[in-house]
Amino acid sequence: MATLGVVLTLTSAQRDTMVATCIRALPDEGCGLLVGTPDGVVHEIVPSVNVAASAKIYEIDPKVLLRTYRQAEDRGLEVIGVFHSHTHSAAYPSPTDIRQAPDPSWHYVLVSLAVLPTDVRSYRIVDGVVTEEDIETVTA
Amino acid sequence: MAAVLRIPTVLRLAFNGQTTIEVEGATIGEVLASVSATYPATAGQLLDENGALHRFLNIYVNDDDVRYIGGLNAPVADGDDITLLPAVAGGAA
Repeated sequence: MATLGVVLTLTSAQRDTMVATCIRALPDEGCGLLVGTPDGVVHEIVPSVNVAASAKIYEIDPKVLLRTYRQAEDRGLEVIGVFHSHTHSAAYPSPTDIRQAPDPSWHYVLVSLAVLPTDVRSYRIVDGVVTEEDIETVTA
Repeated sequence: MAAVLRIPTVLRLAFNGQTTIEVEGATIGEVLASVSATYPATAGQLLDENGALHRFLNIYVNDDDVRYIGGLNAPVADGDDITLLPAVAGGAA
């Protein structure tokens, strides 16, 4: 399990993929999975349909979830987190996000479309306690 | 011979740290009943308080989400691969 305080590392293209996924999902929340290594380096962003089809909640498509887990495992990688958008509120986990955060080792990325430029932030959620972590953007 | 149950990280504590176990049962309902009896710490994590599939736990037999192949009556055959994955959900609400 990754230790707390690990930075989330992604490329600017991966960041753009998350933001574009969330913009395309409007007016609903957009979402997807982060595949990478336990040290917090993202290898791939996997966009998902929001099967909740809602502007206030999201749920990753269970088919995408299974496929992403299997493909990550085949490549020696892991699902290390999830991103979703808040369309009209800040990039901070809501009470729903905190209650439903299943995995203390995951990176929970929030994309806020309520402000310009788009605000992208990453959090760890452990036993209901939210801690923001740094996002290091590297050039691919 | 039996089916294999794959256990996600967040549920492993209730399964004494195991990542996969062999399970018996002709349906998902039978498999879960047998698992619950063997691993009492899973109580409330596999089924909801009414004994129905848990809203926030996805269960797959091979590639199929059991909700679409009969729910608790979804058939399980020898050699099947059963995967548990917590739903990934949340939102601003």
